[in-house]
Amino acid sequence: MKRQQFDHISLPYLLIAPQLAIIMIFFVWPAAQAIYQSFMLEDPFGLASQFVGFDNFREVVSSDHYATSAVFTLVFSALVAFLSMAIALLLAVKADGIIHGQSAYKIMLTWVYAVAPAVAGMIGTFLFDRSIGSLNHLLNATGWPFNPQLDVFDASFTVILVSVWKQVSVNFIYFLAGLQSIPRAVREAALIDCRNGFRRFWTVTLPLLAPTGFFVLVINITYAFFDTFGVIDTMTRGAPGGGTATLVYKVYQDGFLGADLGGSSAQSVILMILVLALTVVQFRVLEKRIHY
Amino acid sequence: MKATKTLLAAAAGLAMLGAGAAHAATEITFWHAMGGGLGETVNAIAKDFNASQSEYKLTPVYKGGYEETMTAGIAAFRANEAPNIIQIFDAGAATIINAKGAVYPVASLLNENGVPFHAEDYIAGVRYFYADSKGDMIGMPFNSSTPVLYYNKDALAKAGVEPPKTWEEFETIAPKLKAAGYIALSQSHTPWIFSENFHSRHNLQMANENNGFDGVATEIKYNNEHMRMHFSKAREWQQAGYFGYYGTKWGDNQKPFIDQEVAMWLGSSGSFGGLKSAAKFDFGTTNLPYWNSITKGEDYTTFIGGAALFAFSGKDKAENEGVAQFFKFLTKPETQFFWHKETGYVPITNAAYTLAKETGYYKDEPDAEVGIQQLNLKSAEWNKGYRLGYYVQIREVMNREYDQIFAGTKSVEDAFAAIEDGSNKLLARFAKTVQ
Repeated sequence: MKRQQFDHISLPYLLIAPQLAIIMIFFVWPAAQAIYQSFMLEDPFGLASQFVGFDNFREVVSSDHYATSAVFTLVFSALVAFLSMAIALLLAVKADGIIHGQSAYKIMLTWVYAVAPAVAGMIGTFLFDRSIGSLNHLLNATGWPFNPQLDVFDASFTVILVSVWKQVSVNFIYFLAGLQSIPRAVREAALIDCRNGFRRFWTVTLPLLAPTGFFVLVINITYAFFDTFGVIDTMTRGAPGGGTATLVYKVYQDGFLGADLGGSSAQSVILMILVLALTVVQFRVLEKRIHY
Repeated sequence: MKATKTLLAAAAGLAMLGAGAAHAATEITFWHAMGGGLGETVNAIAKDFNASQSEYKLTPVYKGGYEETMTAGIAAFRANEAPNIIQIFDAGAATIINAKGAVYPVASLLNENGVPFHAEDYIAGVRYFYADSKGDMIGMPFNSSTPVLYYNKDALAKAGVEPPKTWEEFETIAPKLKAAGYIALSQSHTPWIFSENFHSRHNLQMANENNGFDGVATEIKYNNEHMRMHFSKAREWQQAGYFGYYGTKWGDNQKPFIDQEVAMWLGSSGSFGGLKSAAKFDFGTTNLPYWNSITKGEDYTTFIGGAALFAFSGKDKAENEGVAQFFKFLTKPETQFFWHKETGYVPITNAAYTLAKETGYYKDEPDAEVGIQQLNLKSAEWNKGYRLGYYVQIREVMNREYDQIFAGTKSVEDAFAAIEDGSNKLLARFAKTVQ
């Protein structure tokens, strides 16, 4: 059999060049810069620079606050990813089951998608404001001495709530699309075989939804790690007591506010390795169990 | 008033367009961090400067908050696109001053470009903060403020008390204010008011190397008995309902004072204008309290906060002359008085202060004079200022630990040990970068 091939060897390269250029300029080049900077100690103005080996990494890893921030990031990301996926799945299943007025529900549930994280954070700031925040008053009225300005748990609660709220709509769209692509014949067959709706969901719907679920998980982990920056910056700025500073937020605080290039580069390299490792694990372990 | 400001801003915009058309003027760029009403006042000053002569055209550019402006300036410097003038805040002063060759010290810039510089022209409180150890100014103090106490007159009258001069007096009046239904005190910037200025107000050393003026400091002195005592007291006050701590954000701590939940608030002398329009009650201003037990009756001055203007080096002679002319214009008594009146920041020259007094401004607005009076109080060994590297992050460390003291999750001793350790690590790191 004859292999399909372009006549000109350069044409395919030309076609992928724009994409490659974007990756080179916006990912490979800055990542390489970060790796280079993470081994250097440099004054903010770039007047003197020296190679310090792994010193930056050693200082970062030995800092108590970094450890606290790492633990918070993992708990925060796990909760944000899990809650926003679970709530979105529940809503998608329910919306999928509705026959009349489905589009109204769909629109209502998806339009939060248009809200940027920083805007979501501002809405959260108002809702939880000490003097004018309605949610703040509501929570205090339940007897919970809710005080996100001082209590790390309460502050974490507010940023997780807003981050989840912001992400549910995105997940909802994917889950709903996933549910609607399950063949009708399969669903009807299942309906005849099993009358228990809950069981039908676990044994038939969920496995068929798994490819969508896996994709959503990957984007949610990335969202929780990186895109929640806007929510944290507008709501807590890492306070109280540095208890809500995620690793990305710390990179920003040390690098952009504090002008410590070497230290924040080392942090971003660690973060890059961490997220890369997480993604590899996801693909290696989870994807094997998914049937497309 | 609002409309006048808008008109002024619009006029400034038009004037710039006009000046752009009349070419040949040397362009000078000025990056600042003054948003909102302050930004409009900066634009008005730039407009006046441009109208006062035809050789130079100054373009002010708002670059965001203090940190963002500094970061933008650093990035621009690294890309060889630095502006002529940049506004750098107190905590960032060490960063730019230690960048050898990055800035053209103001004293030399003025002297070498036909504007003689005399340190004595500036009021004592602002003279040294941005100067080298010999007293030659490196940065031109621009918006200078100092922490003062604002008090709700109705609240104090209701409790039948006078505003406190000392913390000892505060302890006697706080229960009365509580009985009258108020939390006695809140403050908006724990590192600035309760830490840096605590050291100036009590004439205590803050760091080695003469607070960082004689060399690169590597040792912070915050973990001392006086600081630990003050914060133990503050925590006790908080638990007794005399002191409200509302996190690290400025506005969150000011709000309860405006809402009349809190009777007294420690803020900036520059907060005066904003407070005037926000507070629906009669308030007074007085000096930052001190511990009589520490100063033994002495009433020491405080540090200036705010920011200074730095000129980047490596610019054309003509541009530097323009910068010198602008600084000359900026420090004129009339300009300073205008700035002082519009914003509440203190006038930085003696001549401007005299002018403000002569016009009778303080007769109508006695509160506006408190900041500058406090800056003119007795100065001793440790009231000049401080110059510490990575100080933005050191403040971050302090905020982190203070939050935990006032949340009750960490003891004062442990928190100060952590501040000492964290700060010294940062100072050591900074010392390595500048060597």
